[in-house]
Amino acid sequence: MAKPLSLSRKQKARRQFIQSIMLGSGVVGGALLGFIPVQQAKAKPILRPPAALDEQDFLASCIKCGQCVQVCPVQAIKLADMDSGFSLGTPYLDARAQACDFSCDAVQCVLACPTGSLSHEVDTKEQVRMGFARLADVPNCLAVQGKGFKGAARTGDYQGLLRYQDKDRWKPFPVKDYPYDLELCDLCLRQCPIEGAISLEPISDSADDKRRIPTVHDSCVGCGVCEMICPQQPAVIVIDARVTAESA
Amino acid sequence: MKQWLESFKVLLGKQPERPDKASFTPDVQVIHQLKREEKVTAESLKAIEQAHIDKGKHRIWRNRRWTVLILSNLLFVISWQLDIQLLEGALTASRFIGFHMADLNSALQVMLAYQHILINLLIGTVTVFLLWWLLGGRTFCSWVCPYHLLSEFAEKIHLYLVKKKWIKNHEFHRGTRTVLYVVFVLLAVITGYTVFEVINPVGIISRAMIYGGGFALLWVLFLLLFEIFYSRRAWCRYACPIGLTYGLVGTISPLRIKYHVKDCHHEGDCLKVCLVPHVLACVKKGRAPDSEVALGADCTRCAMCVDVCPTDSLRFDVKGLNKLL
Repeated sequence: MAKPLSLSRKQKARRQFIQSIMLGSGVVGGALLGFIPVQQAKAKPILRPPAALDEQDFLASCIKCGQCVQVCPVQAIKLADMDSGFSLGTPYLDARAQACDFSCDAVQCVLACPTGSLSHEVDTKEQVRMGFARLADVPNCLAVQGKGFKGAARTGDYQGLLRYQDKDRWKPFPVKDYPYDLELCDLCLRQCPIEGAISLEPISDSADDKRRIPTVHDSCVGCGVCEMICPQQPAVIVIDARVTAESA
Repeated sequence: MKQWLESFKVLLGKQPERPDKASFTPDVQVIHQLKREEKVTAESLKAIEQAHIDKGKHRIWRNRRWTVLILSNLLFVISWQLDIQLLEGALTASRFIGFHMADLNSALQVMLAYQHILINLLIGTVTVFLLWWLLGGRTFCSWVCPYHLLSEFAEKIHLYLVKKKWIKNHEFHRGTRTVLYVVFVLLAVITGYTVFEVINPVGIISRAMIYGGGFALLWVLFLLLFEIFYSRRAWCRYACPIGLTYGLVGTISPLRIKYHVKDCHHEGDCLKVCLVPHVLACVKKGRAPDSEVALGADCTRCAMCVDVCPTDSLRFDVKGLNKLL
């Protein structure tokens, strides 16, 4: 009687062992799938909050707590979902939806970060290098066409906020409720929070030629306000994440 | 020391050992002897259990625990929603009125992947370590972890389906969790990514509650369905490295649940409700090596056994407190 019983116990243990290996492999395999989106993101980097370490170190050090999200006055920072693999729960920005306009008077998110994923070595907005602005569609630019702009820069149910000094020193204001009336569209330059990052350069030598082309300079930090405020659809000026003046 | 080592090994996945009769204390030998002579009828047992329920003592700890669990998770949510800045962040890392806190396993993953000593993280880790050392280690699991609560509901459905004989429970080897723990430690070091965090349901649920949900919740749903239809409490029992991390803290914790053999009728109800029944091996008839036995480190201090025990044979205990008082 004892012998067949112990045999079946052995079989049971064996089956359980194999099933446990399958369970373990399933869990590890599932986790490792997160590698794929991270590889794909290498071709098109994600726009990270100010002062983010380089992507590899950033992903290693971010503890995915969202404290940076909580301190941002314009709620520019979002947390990545599972389709981003190892980036799950890490902060990123969609500049067109809501750029970082430094409403917080510089880098509250950096101060909030408990792991230094957002490097504590950065403490002014001018030191930030999130990306670099680029004119993606020059002919569509209103300034290049020599046109003015009237009305709100973004319309419809657009939720984005900017700090307008003339409206309120402290409280960010909805972009869709702030109308402009400009002879020549200079919104990207007008709203840029960094001194000297963008200028409008004449297209020809003629004094009568109203046309201007936005030109991005080395001091651009890649905050994305220009991309956000551009009234053309899609935006003429965009941010290339993780690009700097040197690499642009 | 031997008891401590055994608790540690059981935590890692070993089956609890049948204690050597020769090592039994004289006290407990007398108790075991008396129990062998004593005849307990099924009716009297039922009456005792009914009296326990009538007194309303069968849900005290569950209610306390659920209250703490829900409130602590809610605190994260309202801190931000109402901007009162009491508890900022999520369960992986936070600031409690400005003081850093870090989940031990998440902090470990980050430090292994990043391979830097991060001062704020270290402060947070030490704070949280001390907190859960005082409170019992895996107390985190049953008293704070939001997945635990969802899993409890899933368990109820699972047990109902099993009772109806529609499904069968499948058990895995508990050592799986230890292996997974080592694998995820190695993966963090080798790849430089916090690989475990992608499938960490605690982080996923905590962030979903605070910042809004996403696809990641589908993974949590999958885990719950797996637990409902295939294997009871599978994630917490066989997989979660966070549980093992806090279990390790619990090996040296003064707060534990203690089993008092004298009044126990060995009905085994505690074993049926327990997430980690291997820590309750001592409640089987004739097994307790002493008149009082502290449960092992894997115990989550959820107190379901305390609630269900009609004879108060399982109670919370703080090591050394009785001597002090």
